[in-house]
Amino acid sequence: MSNNEILMPALSPTMEEGTLAKWLVKVGDKISSGDLIAEIETDKATMEIEAIEEGFISKLIVEEGAQGIKINTPIAEFSDTEKFSETNDDERNKNVINISNKEVIEEVKSSVIETSDKDLTSSDNDATKKITVREALRDAILEEMEADNDVFIMGEEVAEYEGAYKVTQGLLEKFGDKRVIDTPITEHGFTGIGVGAAFGNLKPIVEFMTFNFSMQAIDQIINSAAKTLYMSGGQMGCPIVFRGPNGAASRVAAQHSQCFASWYSHIPGLKVVSPWSSEDAKGLLKSAIRDPNPIVFLENEVMYGQSFDCPISNEFTLPIGKAKVEKNGSDVTIVAFSIMVGKALEAANELEKNGVSVEVINLRTLRPLDLETIINSVKKTNRLITCEEGFGYSGIGAEISSLIQENAFDWLDAPVLRVHGKDVPMPYAENLEKLALPQTNDIINKAKQICS
Amino acid sequence: MNEKQSDKLASKKKSNYDLDLLLKLNEQMLLIRRFEEKAGQLYGMGKIGGFCHLYIGQEAVVVGINSALKDNDTMVTSYRDHGHMLVCGMDPKGVMAELTGRITGYSKGKGGSMHMFSREKGFFGGHGIVGAQVPIGAGLAFSHKYKNEKSICVTFFGDGAANQGQVYETFNIAALWSLPVLFIIENNLYGMGTSVERSSSTDNFATRGEAFGIQNKTVNGMDVLDVREAAIEAVNYCRSNQKPFILEVKTYRFRGHSMSDPGKYRTRDEVAEMRKNGPLKALQKLILESGFNENELKEIDNKIKLKVNEAADFAIESELPDEAELFKDIIIE
Repeated sequence: MSNNEILMPALSPTMEEGTLAKWLVKVGDKISSGDLIAEIETDKATMEIEAIEEGFISKLIVEEGAQGIKINTPIAEFSDTEKFSETNDDERNKNVINISNKEVIEEVKSSVIETSDKDLTSSDNDATKKITVREALRDAILEEMEADNDVFIMGEEVAEYEGAYKVTQGLLEKFGDKRVIDTPITEHGFTGIGVGAAFGNLKPIVEFMTFNFSMQAIDQIINSAAKTLYMSGGQMGCPIVFRGPNGAASRVAAQHSQCFASWYSHIPGLKVVSPWSSEDAKGLLKSAIRDPNPIVFLENEVMYGQSFDCPISNEFTLPIGKAKVEKNGSDVTIVAFSIMVGKALEAANELEKNGVSVEVINLRTLRPLDLETIINSVKKTNRLITCEEGFGYSGIGAEISSLIQENAFDWLDAPVLRVHGKDVPMPYAENLEKLALPQTNDIINKAKQICS
Repeated sequence: MNEKQSDKLASKKKSNYDLDLLLKLNEQMLLIRRFEEKAGQLYGMGKIGGFCHLYIGQEAVVVGINSALKDNDTMVTSYRDHGHMLVCGMDPKGVMAELTGRITGYSKGKGGSMHMFSREKGFFGGHGIVGAQVPIGAGLAFSHKYKNEKSICVTFFGDGAANQGQVYETFNIAALWSLPVLFIIENNLYGMGTSVERSSSTDNFATRGEAFGIQNKTVNGMDVLDVREAAIEAVNYCRSNQKPFILEVKTYRFRGHSMSDPGKYRTRDEVAEMRKNGPLKALQKLILESGFNENELKEIDNKIKLKVNEAADFAIESELPDEAELFKDIIIE
């Protein structure tokens, strides 16, 4: 008799851990390749996993309902013989807890809805709660849809699937299919329809499953949404939000890992917003939905599952066009947006240990840029490093660098340095992908260079 | 259509249409004709710059369609848009002043010939990218349905745009979501300088929605009454069923694609032949048969010419936009 392990599987590119929602087998069961053995809940979805080999379940290592099981953790054992089953009754009883699949799922769902209802009725405007960026985005959409019937959301898998990244979870149930609308996989067409609906005085939120796919629709975003106000002498406002994950996810290669920050920031007529934390996500998305202009709202898939304290009031918004000083410092200023804010803060903490005092600015909005906050910081630190995940060439850092030398040259003690993605299409291999993306160490090295 | 058929049709129509309607259609078509002739003249004088796409020859299309619409219906089209704006009731002065790039133009001189709009008149452009107006029109129809307005959006595009991918994405969604959008394919036989035969695998554009279950019809666009009749049916269908419909209108532009078109892709004889059966001539023949005389028609024409001349004077005499306009209307503050 030989025992083999069944491991916690990775069920999405960015999944690191999951919940064992339900065992579909018990000790002693015979399994064949293709049999369903368990339901795993990730931060995006609940999925069934299949056996890939033949044998008999000899042990359930992880209990039903157990959360935070890292991928590749052994969750069960199976044997190629049935022998053990006569002697292992005790173990069988110990390991199998009878919770039906339906109960687990319903529980998860109701907890999600309860959370948001609670948020909505809160009277304490300063109260915060730790929520994920994903939940913050969902709360922003939900609150604004409740406040204004003209707001609706459309995109691929936003309704019945509840969002490819679960951002729109619970919205279909709450608002119905008139306002939470699944589209075909045709970005050019549905984006144009969104723009037309905005011209017709509605306030669409158009979700791109990822911004990589917005390239199919970029003509409608730029030529129709961004330019028509100007070309109509101010008559044709286009109150629309284009949102979705931007930049690299994890191991999805060049076509699915690109930062569009500099592409859209190039265009007069658009506002471009890129949140980092839950607070950013909620406050900025609510402002974006209320804004009468077309807004490109660049989220980050890797950030969706990260938790931050976030104001729970449905009155909470953040102004578009204002940066936030996340950390005060006196030796060097690091500006960053989206996922790079976290890396900048990590770098700052490391640098502090070496006696370098770092100020970290979270840009939040890329157009219009809060140049004043950056200049004020440079006046204090006299050194500036820009961080972005995208390509350096014609990038956000290049623009900021240029603006600072034009507007605050005399305050600089060193040339502005840039940290950015390497000038290559994103590779798939794990080691190469890591090399292509800017890392915390790259920021630390630039900071040492600029302070030397 | 030969002479005999035309006579037969004319006598049939005479009994069905009242003179007031015929005169109104004539006035609208003449306004477009005279306006476009004047625009062509101003272009030649250097008063109008850039691209200028004239609608001469196609007047019966938009006039016939418009005659079947209600006040709250909306319209969107391509860059060959002057006729659509005039028939929507936009002021010829404001349209002409936009052509000359003046502050009194509909877009304060910042849009030009291809980009004009009037929310008030339900005209949503005026779009310069071939085919881009098609999903926008479906989006306007979406907003009508969302707000339960019972209005429809008429979305015009040409045979050239009919080959664009976004048109089919829009057909699919319009049918899938039951949007009240009337697609008008103005087939003038040429996408810029490329004939339908050289650009399109089939020359039947009306049926291109069949794969999506969209009903269709084809109509002769050189006869405004035929267009009107087909439009009434199509508009009713869209409004009462809350569904899309495709109406292909066979038409012909007498002038070039734009003012800078040398027209080498078709013969002078072809154009001359089409001009003989122009849409205005056919309509005016009916009017004359209804008891109107040549002088009375001439009088109407003169009134319209006067109106167009006033528009041209206004457009030339108006001020250029103030330099401060450069940075206005980019973002709503």
